[in-house]
Amino acid sequence: MSSTFFTASPEWRWFIVAYFFLGGLAGGSYFLATLLTRFGSERDRPLARLGYLVAFPIVCVCGLVLTVDLGRPERFWHMLVQSQTFRPMLKTFSPMSSGAWVILLFSGCAFVTFAAALADWSTERGWSTPAFLRLGNVAAPLGRLVTGLGAILGLYLAGYTGVLISVTNRPIWADTTLLGLTFLISAASTSGALLILLGAWIGLSRDRLDRLERFDRSALILEAVVIVSLVASLGRIATVWLDGWGALLAAMVLGGIALPLLLDWRPTRNRPMWIAPALVLVGGLVLRMVIILSSGRL
Amino acid sequence: MAQAMGFYTDTTVCIGCKACEVACKEWNQLPARNGGVGTLSGNSYDNTLRLDGIHWRHVKFIEQFSADRQDARWLMMSDVCKHCVNAGCLEVCPTGAIIRTEFDTVVIQSDACNGCRDCIGACPFGVIGVNPVSGTAQKCTLCYDRMKVGLEPACAKACPTRSINFGPIADLKEMAKARVGQLHAAGEDRAHLYGADETMLGGLNSFYLLVDKPEAYGLPPDPRMPSRNLKPSAFWSTLGALALTIMGVFHFRERGARPGRPQGPGRPQGI
Repeated sequence: MSSTFFTASPEWRWFIVAYFFLGGLAGGSYFLATLLTRFGSERDRPLARLGYLVAFPIVCVCGLVLTVDLGRPERFWHMLVQSQTFRPMLKTFSPMSSGAWVILLFSGCAFVTFAAALADWSTERGWSTPAFLRLGNVAAPLGRLVTGLGAILGLYLAGYTGVLISVTNRPIWADTTLLGLTFLISAASTSGALLILLGAWIGLSRDRLDRLERFDRSALILEAVVIVSLVASLGRIATVWLDGWGALLAAMVLGGIALPLLLDWRPTRNRPMWIAPALVLVGGLVLRMVIILSSGRL
Repeated sequence: MAQAMGFYTDTTVCIGCKACEVACKEWNQLPARNGGVGTLSGNSYDNTLRLDGIHWRHVKFIEQFSADRQDARWLMMSDVCKHCVNAGCLEVCPTGAIIRTEFDTVVIQSDACNGCRDCIGACPFGVIGVNPVSGTAQKCTLCYDRMKVGLEPACAKACPTRSINFGPIADLKEMAKARVGQLHAAGEDRAHLYGADETMLGGLNSFYLLVDKPEAYGLPPDPRMPSRNLKPSAFWSTLGALALTIMGVFHFRERGARPGRPQGPGRPQGI
């Protein structure tokens, strides 16, 4: 029996599931928005702006959820500042410590680009007020400056959660080194799905969403390969999933990856556009649920 | 640094009296579970069941029977934090609340801990838990407050059979080796030390004399540091990030665009 089965559960439950999911969406949306801005065309602008507009509110919710999950929420700042010496608190080899700093820095980048995107959007809609114009004048150049850094931090935010749970001694989590990769790829597919969903909601035409849809299909195929590799890397330990959690994981692969791919492959005019991305989003949430909660009972 | 101090627990002389559990609870003012209302677990005489934030000592009762049930023995063991020389909890703690003391023991400073619980999952022995009164992670301190004034830990003081021995690690190792030799000479060939040498997490400052496999006592056979997964996990994640970037550039780039080409009006200028 693996030595990981002799350990105690940190009792990370729904708040952490929510954080892992939302952190992936915030980081992934920012990353995709930056790629669309840097390598896309003018027609990708509304979609890129959407990415920046959602990343900041989502990362704010992440911070809130993480704080509420602490045993002593009023001491959340101990993650960043040593409570006795008031010096910065950073352990580069502790994923939770470095993750706390990344959340802070990413939030800063996300705020600047959020403000710039908001100003840009209001100007385009003709709702511009002098305040928005001033905001745009300040935030737009700053935003362009930080997007590269923000995209890297976003990728870190999307993937470090998997590394964090691998750097423990818990069953499943510490028995593989592919969880960071799994969460990262899943963050890309779910963020792509979120932007497609929001893009369709604000009325962007199919051809404007087409390139993101193609990216999402590639991310889903990669995600399926990574999940199979993850299960294989667990070896005999994967047999703990011969239960309801395993069934849920299989359902996630079928409903959250295979089905959306099938729907995209055979598009029909009558089918609502939101079905495939909604399935991808639910799949991403279920994936994190299975990985986090199934270890807790062992 | 002062001399490294610790526990050597000889499980062969433990009688399961739980005086250590009571002394620990009393000295450290640990709350009772379930408001003090007793519940029987049905697991031998073990109603404590595990080490956690309010149980820093746990006496295990292991009943072993032969297949035909003609032969039986009872193993008892007072379990506690191992105060590892290379401590997983200390390694991951993001607030710096977990420290190594001048006695080479590992202590959680309750006033600095914010209850993130990362240390609970990182501990290879499952000894840490949240104390619901403080809302922070807690475990055995090896009675740091008592040691500071030259007293021995409450559990060792209370142990009536000297199953729990406290002292300088070097002396304890000598004592433990002599006891193993004595047991071997008496025909108990299964006697061995768990965690006394440096191969296990650099050495456990609370080590054990066992007469069965570690697993029989609920101890991991091969406890390891959580950081063993850091580099490979980071490597795969970085590879994934590169793959996503390449995929993104491939799918989002303007067809026909060439590197170094001046930005045309078609490229997005705003955010």
